Amino acid sequence: MKINSPLEAYKYLPQTNCGECGEPTCMAFASKLIDRSGKTENCPPLIKEKKYAKKLAELDRLLAPEIRQVTIGVGEKAANIGGDDVLYRHKLTFFNKTKMFFDVSDNMEEAALIERVNKIADFKKFYVGRNLLLDGVAIKAASNDPAKFAAAVKKVAEIGLPMIFCSFNPAVLKAGLEVAKDKNPLLYAANKDNWKEVGELALEYKVPVVVSAFNDLDALKSLAKTFAEAGIKDIVLDPGTYPSGKGLKDTFTNFLKIRRAGIMGDTEIAYPIMALPLTAWMAGIADPVSASYWETVMASVFTIRYGDIMILHSMEPYSTLPEVHLAETIYTDPRTPVSVDGGMYKVGAPDKDSPVFFTTNFALTYYTVESDISANGIVCWLLAVDTDGIGVEAAVAGGQLTSAKVKDAFEKAGFDLKTDTNHNTLIIPGLSARLQGDLEDTLGANVKVGPMDSGRIPGWIEKNWPPKQ
Amino acid sequence: MAKKMKLSDITNMFAGMDVEALEGVTIEGDIEIDLGGLGGGFDPMLAAALGQESAVLAQHFARIAGMFGYPVGFGAQAAAPAVSPALAAPKLKDIISAKFDVANIAEWTTQIQEVPIGNTSADGGSRGKQVMLGGEKALPFFFDAPMPNRNQVTIDVFDMRIGLAKAVKENYDEVMDSPGEWAKKNVEKFNADMITIHLISTDPLIKDTSPKDAAKTVEEVLQAVDVPIAIGGSGNPQKDPEVLAKAAEVAEGERCLLASASLNLDYAAIAEAALKYDHDVLSWTQLDMNAQKELNRKLMKQCNVPRDRIIMDPTTAALGYGLDYAYTNMERIRLAALMGDDELTFPMSSGTTNAWGARESWMVSSPLGQDSDWGPREYRGPIWEIVTGLSLALAGNDLFMMMHPTSVAVLKQITQTLFGSIEAEPVDIANWIGAEV
Repeated sequence: MKINSPLEAYKYLPQTNCGECGEPTCMAFASKLIDRSGKTENCPPLIKEKKYAKKLAELDRLLAPEIRQVTIGVGEKAANIGGDDVLYRHKLTFFNKTKMFFDVSDNMEEAALIERVNKIADFKKFYVGRNLLLDGVAIKAASNDPAKFAAAVKKVAEIGLPMIFCSFNPAVLKAGLEVAKDKNPLLYAANKDNWKEVGELALEYKVPVVVSAFNDLDALKSLAKTFAEAGIKDIVLDPGTYPSGKGLKDTFTNFLKIRRAGIMGDTEIAYPIMALPLTAWMAGIADPVSASYWETVMASVFTIRYGDIMILHSMEPYSTLPEVHLAETIYTDPRTPVSVDGGMYKVGAPDKDSPVFFTTNFALTYYTVESDISANGIVCWLLAVDTDGIGVEAAVAGGQLTSAKVKDAFEKAGFDLKTDTNHNTLIIPGLSARLQGDLEDTLGANVKVGPMDSGRIPGWIEKNWPPKQ
Repeated sequence: MAKKMKLSDITNMFAGMDVEALEGVTIEGDIEIDLGGLGGGFDPMLAAALGQESAVLAQHFARIAGMFGYPVGFGAQAAAPAVSPALAAPKLKDIISAKFDVANIAEWTTQIQEVPIGNTSADGGSRGKQVMLGGEKALPFFFDAPMPNRNQVTIDVFDMRIGLAKAVKENYDEVMDSPGEWAKKNVEKFNADMITIHLISTDPLIKDTSPKDAAKTVEEVLQAVDVPIAIGGSGNPQKDPEVLAKAAEVAEGERCLLASASLNLDYAAIAEAALKYDHDVLSWTQLDMNAQKELNRKLMKQCNVPRDRIIMDPTTAALGYGLDYAYTNMERIRLAALMGDDELTFPMSSGTTNAWGARESWMVSSPLGQDSDWGPREYRGPIWEIVTGLSLALAGNDLFMMMHPTSVAVLKQITQTLFGSIEAEPVDIANWIGAEV
């Protein structure tokens, strides 16, 4: 982004405060543009009225992210990558979570191929009110045979995930493109030997393309520049991903350098970067669990340091779970609040016989507990105690969660265990067990210690509820 | 391309050029155009416009030419492209050479304090080696300035048998009743750089053992191993200062790391014990950079703790359970320090073991029916600890308090790879597409 204050964006807006965008003033809309929570297309007059056309074009240019955003695939599942404006997430936020593509080969048996692609498509990990997913399929032309590759592409395309076509042979890539028209796959890759032909394919089929130069940033930049001058806009960079030793250190340095240059304004290399953690499987690690761990380690390094898209191999849950969680971690908007409001929440429609739990107002803790309870059909009262947005264990250790705080939270919520329930019982988190005695004295209620992890609440309730009088 | 051309511009240009034929323009098939032989006198703007939208324009071009009756030479081109005979964009003729260059970060002016842990006989202690933390002049592993000291791992020992995740416990079961044996195993079997002895039995709500008992345990560990040690309390803010003071006394001269001073306990008492008996202080705050500044300031200004005796623990949250806050908190602290905030220029320590609090690391299967299968938990736990630690290593953390031996080994492997001290046979990745995996 070339501007950073709402005032600078305001100059290009109609300044009529018409409110059509949903904001009370053009200045308020301008600040949304600057923090990238709003887009120019949300301002109807700017879009519709001809007299603003010049201003709109200029504003769009000024607001364009430093790193080009590239789209792979089509429709709802299309994967956007790039689009970043900062080197550190706290400076704004990172945009477009690192996309995880998993490999298949065109020489796989058809049934195995379809099974693996379905597994990629079906992966789901629930996290704070949503599902973490895998993003796409990288089809490797291991056969180097155009017909075989096209056949594999055809099968994969039916499942509807975004695709990367992996071959350095232009004839193979072309065969794939022919059977997947309008699927907008990413071509991997143009290198020093085939760039002309692959570049022509990118132009002809209007698809995004990877330029590849292993451990040679001059060559990489030259390819990107050559393509850009030829009118290819959707470029992804592959500086090579070496799996071990000095090679891996060089790769890390290359990622840092490319992204720093891009954010600092070198537009000729300001494109998304591709990492290939699956090269871990070429590093001679004999044991598959260790190889898989190393792949996840490489994926983690390049999720944090500027990889925008990666090709992975291991589909073991001990690989995919940490990988999707780390991408979510690094790309979560740090501007969203850490805490929920303190107070009494209802899960389902609780009555006087329903159990009463408390947890802290740390958003993550609260949503985890809430989803564990509601997903298992438990109807209850859930008190969020204001611990300054700190989780249970840390808040007990740090003194933000005390019996006085819990009492205070009940009072503020206007909830009295003696009159609002028939059981006068409170279930406390297992991690706050040490507060049990104190709480019984402070609240004058029965206090039961629940499980250490809210995932075990269903089993706990089955055994312990209703309480024996 | 500053200027776009319309078709009418092109026709006008042709009219002005007064040509009978477009010599040197080769149209191949129906949409290919080669401007190679046009030579001097041809408007470069036209060439530029054609380069930009060659395919579309070429088609129109052919039609225009036909329309105006210009004879256009159709012919075979010298070198037909290998794959796409229908199209050869003129701009993809030659590589446009570019040089890559990027500057170092000028704002990183300040070096992180180097803090040693452990005294050898040269310094009046009995440790076999000293561990050195800090000294960075850039973010970890960045090319701006080499990192002077590698990351270090200290493996936990508890002073009583405690509940641990199954995958962790099976490594320690037979030594859990003897802190000395436990410490030995960590060093000899699991390659620990340091040992942390956690005196949790002193908690009044656990066993309420006396500071004297705790001191005995510390002596036992110091005798069992010769690596530097960190001494942790039980987390009880009333009792910890007393326990740590007594432990500091029996460990006099060994330069242990006392864990921890915090704002909600008598940090001055811990600082005093550190100075009196020659130890370092772990300055612990909870995901709050300003509180970290405040505590460091108090340790330095009120308690006169020298800069080379302070290490920070800004709190570690597990992957999936607040690691985003822990990561960014550390990264911000380190960036502020490099840019000159001298209340934050200290090495950092992470309670990486917290990763085992994440349900993904220890639960048999997902409590939520809609999740994909979580697979075997014995492989999930170690990688959870690795990824939690590795993320913080990249944010600037120096010392890792860990538990699972596999996690320790892998974290050391990757941090030392990025540090630059791991040699490996170069791997040829050129054929990764065809490689069997």
